[in-house]
Amino acid sequence: MLKRLFACCLMLFAWPAHAALNVFACEPEWAALARELGGDRVSTYEATTALQDPHRIQARPSLIARARTADLVVCTGADLEVGWLPMVLRQAANPNVQPGRPGYFEAASFVPLLEVPERLDRAEGDVHPRGNPHIQLDPRNLSRVAEALAARMGELDGANRAHYQARLADFRSRWQAAIARWEQQGAPLRGMPVAVHHKVFTYLFHWLGLKEVAVLEPKPGIEPSAAHLAAVLEDLKRQPARMVLRASYQDERASQWLAERAGIPAVALPATVGGTPEARDLMGLFDDILNRLLAAQGRR
Amino acid sequence: MFLRHCIAGGLLAALPALTWAADADIAALRAEIEALRNQYEARIAALEARLAQAEQSRAAAPAQPAPVNTATAFNPAMSLILSGTYANLSQDPASWRLDGFVPSGGEAGPPPRSFSLGESELMLAANIDPYLRGEFMLAAAPDNSVAVENAYLQTLALPQGLTLKAGRFYSGIGYINEQHPHAWDFVDAPLAQQAFLGGQYAQDGVQLKWLAPTETFLELAAELGRGHNFPGADRNKNGVGAWSLGLRAGGDLGTSHAWLAGLSYLHTRARDRRFEAEDVSGNSVSNAFEGRSNLWLASLVWKWAPGGNPAYRNFKFQTEYYRSREQGSLTYDLDGTALTDGFRSVQSGWYAQGVYQFMPRWRVGVRYDRLTAGTVDAGANSGQLPILAPYDPHRTSVMVDYSPSEYSRFRLQFARDSARRDATDNQIFLQYVLSLGAHGAHAF
Repeated sequence: MLKRLFACCLMLFAWPAHAALNVFACEPEWAALARELGGDRVSTYEATTALQDPHRIQARPSLIARARTADLVVCTGADLEVGWLPMVLRQAANPNVQPGRPGYFEAASFVPLLEVPERLDRAEGDVHPRGNPHIQLDPRNLSRVAEALAARMGELDGANRAHYQARLADFRSRWQAAIARWEQQGAPLRGMPVAVHHKVFTYLFHWLGLKEVAVLEPKPGIEPSAAHLAAVLEDLKRQPARMVLRASYQDERASQWLAERAGIPAVALPATVGGTPEARDLMGLFDDILNRLLAAQGRR
Repeated sequence: MFLRHCIAGGLLAALPALTWAADADIAALRAEIEALRNQYEARIAALEARLAQAEQSRAAAPAQPAPVNTATAFNPAMSLILSGTYANLSQDPASWRLDGFVPSGGEAGPPPRSFSLGESELMLAANIDPYLRGEFMLAAAPDNSVAVENAYLQTLALPQGLTLKAGRFYSGIGYINEQHPHAWDFVDAPLAQQAFLGGQYAQDGVQLKWLAPTETFLELAAELGRGHNFPGADRNKNGVGAWSLGLRAGGDLGTSHAWLAGLSYLHTRARDRRFEAEDVSGNSVSNAFEGRSNLWLASLVWKWAPGGNPAYRNFKFQTEYYRSREQGSLTYDLDGTALTDGFRSVQSGWYAQGVYQFMPRWRVGVRYDRLTAGTVDAGANSGQLPILAPYDPHRTSVMVDYSPSEYSRFRLQFARDSARRDATDNQIFLQYVLSLGAHGAHAF
């Protein structure tokens, strides 16, 4: 009885800590991950939707206002948000979430980056000096980020550290099982040659073993031109691809044009949570990606 | 024959023995191979385990930064803006003036005819320490003069949503005033901006901003400065020569719409604010204004992008209204009659513009400018300066621009400029704006 009363007292004192940790997530996948790890102890704000190109966001007043009250800003980093986040953070006048502070979390710092350019020159298009920033499509990266994010959330919100660690353990066991399942499902995709609109699926291919044989953008971040598409079509005659992939936020016309002429399917994949109606959460995101790839391959 | 049979029979008899021997060999080989395979499998398993371990430890450790030259590692971010224009003007740009308004003496009027270089801006910016950030911008004008446009510090770690800026900076009044010229959607500044703020109003002083902790963007700004730029003028006095107050609010409407509205007030004091103008007989005379100048500025910006993704299509509407009240004295013909009398004016102006990106890389835009002369009372000097006779300048501009990438833009602009009361200037501009180096994010 006394123990229960004591517990009640503890809960009463702990009440202020229950006020949710305010998370400003640059992309929906990090909001979803923060919710997986925080449950009802976090309130998340998604700065962008899955139908927006995270490279090209305007530093809108609403983003500045939300960053002002955030306890934790969770972004991809690796210069993905370089066109808008620095402006948002500077205008938000919130010292806790400035780069270098515990309230600023860059997911890309916790995973090995692919496609680190050897030559830094704008003639190469919109290159990212630290490497390809679209890290979220390799689920193994998400478990690495989850570990670091749970630790950071515990650092900022010490009262709930055990809660975040418990949820992390639960998430990791579910996630490992899911990865094993996805890898089994995705086995027939290994070695499949594909064309992509933008190099947004590099980590997905690295994980599942797909082969990227053509890119529709002439240079990263530069929209496909008619001349370049014609050249890609010629290339595909010599080195055929099984399908043309694009993120659901990208314009469909370029991949449709190519798909029709090459006689292969054009497939829109969710690049993040919310990219398709089926990609409701992180599990749904990878389920849907695999379903769509296998369906286009003719296996479903 | 028999012998042959015997040999064959012997061979046949020996065959089983031979095959037996071969079987024994094969069995031995098999065993050897099996052992080898076991050995390799064990080694492969060990290697795989080591690989997994390496991958895990690599994942745990943050990505290794590339080795850098430590002497240059802390260099500020540097960016350079290059711009140039080709102008075809039906009227002599030397005769350009805003009739009905006191000349602002700033960067007003069209660029010279034919080919000309625009301003080249060199920008350096970096965090100074955990508390301060510094930014510096040098503008090299086509006439080979160099001006410090911006040089300021900005705080990074003030609590409660406060930000302090100090040094020389573009004042935060209105909307377009804070934008660098390379971010403009047209070749030139709006007429009202040229008439009331001399093209761009820079402050030598301090600015304090407070951002409210609300979901709707709400920001209060106050500035104190020397006020040596038009509409002020250097007074050689201690204290504050100019101050301003501003309120900005903004937010989203759904995912596709965003807005930003602002209201600002600028108060400046001027002593010996000189300007050249023609007298009734067409001679250029030097005159001076002394007194107070108050400016109200209201602005509204509305942006649309389907689903909030501006990459393919987007639209931007922008409008500002300026209302100026000046009170003091005007001295006419400083070097001649030097007649001083009271001066009062209430004048206003506005512009509205829309820019539509209809496909990647391509945008079209239209802008309308209008100034209202309002009331100008120069007392005994009324009628001495024909430029102050009532007239409402106006201008219509259309433009189309093409941006091969985020870092380059080429623009074609047509304008019918009725800034002069007696002539309409048909203007054609071709412009390039290029951004080299680390180009920072643009404000909304």
